[in-house]
Amino acid sequence: MRDFCGGQGVLIEATGLRLVRGDKLLLDIAHLRLGGPGPTVILGPNGAGKSLLLRCLHGLIRADAGQVCQDGLPLNKAQRMRQAMVFQRPVLLRRSVAANLDFVLRRQGLSRPARRERTAELLATGGLSGRERQWARSLSGGEAQRLAILRALATEPDVLFLDEPTSALDPGATQAIEALVMRASAHGVRIVMVTHDIGQARRLARDVVVMIGGQVAEHGDAARVLDQSTHGTVRRFLAGDLIF
Amino acid sequence: MQNFAHEMQVAFALILAGDSELLGIVALSLRVSLFAVLFAALIGMPLGAALAVGRFPGRRALAVLVNALMGLPPVVVGLLVYLMLSRSGPLGVLQLLYTPTAMIIAQVVLVTPIIAALTRQVIEMLDAEYAEQMRSLGLSRLATVPVLLWDGRVALLTALLAGFGRAIAEVGAVIIVGGNINHVTRVMTTTIALETSKGNLALALALGTVLIAIAVTVNAMVSLLGQRAEAQEDVRHA
Amino acid sequence: MFENWIKAGAVALAITGAGSAQATEEFIVMQSTTSTQNSGLLDHILPAFTAESGIEVRVVAVGTGQAIKNAMNGDGDVLLVHAKAAEEKFVAEGWGVQRFDVMYNDFVLVGPAADPAGIKGGEDVVAAMSMIATAGVPFASRGDDSGTHKAELSHWKSAGVDVAAASGGWYRETGSGMGATLNLAAGMGAYALTDRATWIAFANKGDLEIMVEGDTRLFNQYGVILVNPEKHHGVKAEAGQRFIDWLIGSDGQAAIASYTLDGEQLFFPNAN
Repeated sequence: MRDFCGGQGVLIEATGLRLVRGDKLLLDIAHLRLGGPGPTVILGPNGAGKSLLLRCLHGLIRADAGQVCQDGLPLNKAQRMRQAMVFQRPVLLRRSVAANLDFVLRRQGLSRPARRERTAELLATGGLSGRERQWARSLSGGEAQRLAILRALATEPDVLFLDEPTSALDPGATQAIEALVMRASAHGVRIVMVTHDIGQARRLARDVVVMIGGQVAEHGDAARVLDQSTHGTVRRFLAGDLIF
Repeated sequence: MQNFAHEMQVAFALILAGDSELLGIVALSLRVSLFAVLFAALIGMPLGAALAVGRFPGRRALAVLVNALMGLPPVVVGLLVYLMLSRSGPLGVLQLLYTPTAMIIAQVVLVTPIIAALTRQVIEMLDAEYAEQMRSLGLSRLATVPVLLWDGRVALLTALLAGFGRAIAEVGAVIIVGGNINHVTRVMTTTIALETSKGNLALALALGTVLIAIAVTVNAMVSLLGQRAEAQEDVRHA
Repeated sequence: MFENWIKAGAVALAITGAGSAQATEEFIVMQSTTSTQNSGLLDHILPAFTAESGIEVRVVAVGTGQAIKNAMNGDGDVLLVHAKAAEEKFVAEGWGVQRFDVMYNDFVLVGPAADPAGIKGGEDVVAAMSMIATAGVPFASRGDDSGTHKAELSHWKSAGVDVAAASGGWYRETGSGMGATLNLAAGMGAYALTDRATWIAFANKGDLEIMVEGDTRLFNQYGVILVNPEKHHGVKAEAGQRFIDWLIGSDGQAAIASYTLDGEQLFFPNAN
């Protein structure tokens, strides 16, 4: 099993990944290797399979064929626990802001004072200081997404998947999220983020994956893919054409 | 027919005087129905949660059955429980017939499907939202259940109150298994039935008023909790 | 917030539990009829027995038919009803130990003051009922296999009236207790057969009045029976027999005779 994924120093790798629903092939990834420091941004038109790919990489969906590996090992529970994910629409518990963080901190076996300290720390990072007792679901959209990211970071993940975290947010809120993501990246968290905002890819990405029709059309250095792609459809997509 | 206004006057006089007979009946009603809801919750909530998040054969059929049982006629439940508890029935040796315990059992049978069905609904909706996030955080399906129950607490409390409303207002089952014995198993609804049959519309009406007051209180609580829950819901989606 | 609710619930339970704590004294269950209970007779005589014996009598008041069936299931220690033929059958089949006459009251035929069948003041119940049938005016029947219902059916039979054919027409079967049937009769201006005790105690007479009374065929005999402990082991034979002995003894008989409502004696003791 160990040899199956091969490669040294590779963080996440998908091989022969296929996802079929009915007679539709939703995902068909021959080979995708997400190495290097990131952040990786996955771009593509609607229905290209970006979110499905993210869920496969995180182990939320089992592919019909193929394999996902992390550090050379097929994805298992222990590895999944080293990943975290933030969803397009943040799923916050119907509890206070602090309780949402406490939910994961408690699972790490931290003492009560340690949890309180860590909560304050995390909230400061996300610009939510002093909001501990507020009802989480009464936060604004941007604040809620920030809390979701903070909660994901509270698990101290090696990898953080983000599925269009800013798609419903205004520029100000988007900027705050991006700052938070970049800060996590700077602290060594491997970021893999799906977006359909090409500008966001430009701002954040070190490498870019462009998906078209369930396949990886192009993967490479951000500047090269975004500005000098040789792939016709990718060029048209990046130029703003509607791709079906 | 007597003068309705006069009946109402007598009824309120009885309530305001705090007639001890009346208070005893009201207290027994509350005791029986509160215990019934407590036990129904202990059975119905786990059952409803299992139906919502479990993946086992027959789950759909069971969910349909539970929904159908919500409409059980109280008299039928009363008869079934009577046949079980009767001295010639399988549980006759327990000597529970014509006791408050028998009434609690009948009401548990009536209320459990309501609580189970509403719990299933609440948990299913919440699970649809939480499932991926919980899995992402590494929680098993089983470990998710307490989280869902806790986060659905406001809606689940509404389910409990709905069950209580059904229990406290029900007469068909408790009159059969309780026997409407004075000072032992006489509750508000059976007293109303009895006093109506004696033509004592005043006392019947007095108790009816108390029953309505309890029903209104319960419903007001449900609606207040509902509003509170809504207020706590995502403001950003408003 | 949830914890607070639980606390509130616990407090409520404690209050209601304390408020209705039951004494753990000895008791028997008596299956009886609505007429003995609704008339207030049992409330009048039972405390005397309890005071003397320390035995509480818990009364389940239903129709005679249901009372007998409940007793056959063993769900009672004593049976006090008014349908002699059914009672004797109950004993003959071994469900009861022995039947004793206790008391009688009488039935009265009541109807709307307007008296559309023109029977008021008569003394022949069969003739009166036959006139009701001929006139086809509403008659409210218990229709519940109770003692009163059985008595009523026997009068229709004597009158040669087939009420089954008239069911749903002028003949209305309520399938309910005496009170519910009287409520219905008062509401729709129907005739009805009722025991006098329930009639006098009944508070919602409307414009109903007594039409026919005093016919010997209207006498209504009550009997008491101990449920056979050999059929059902749970039967409290000793306490039940003690109650029966009291009821048909001088104290019980005197207590029955002393019960009056609006100055009228309702039940007439006639134990041997």
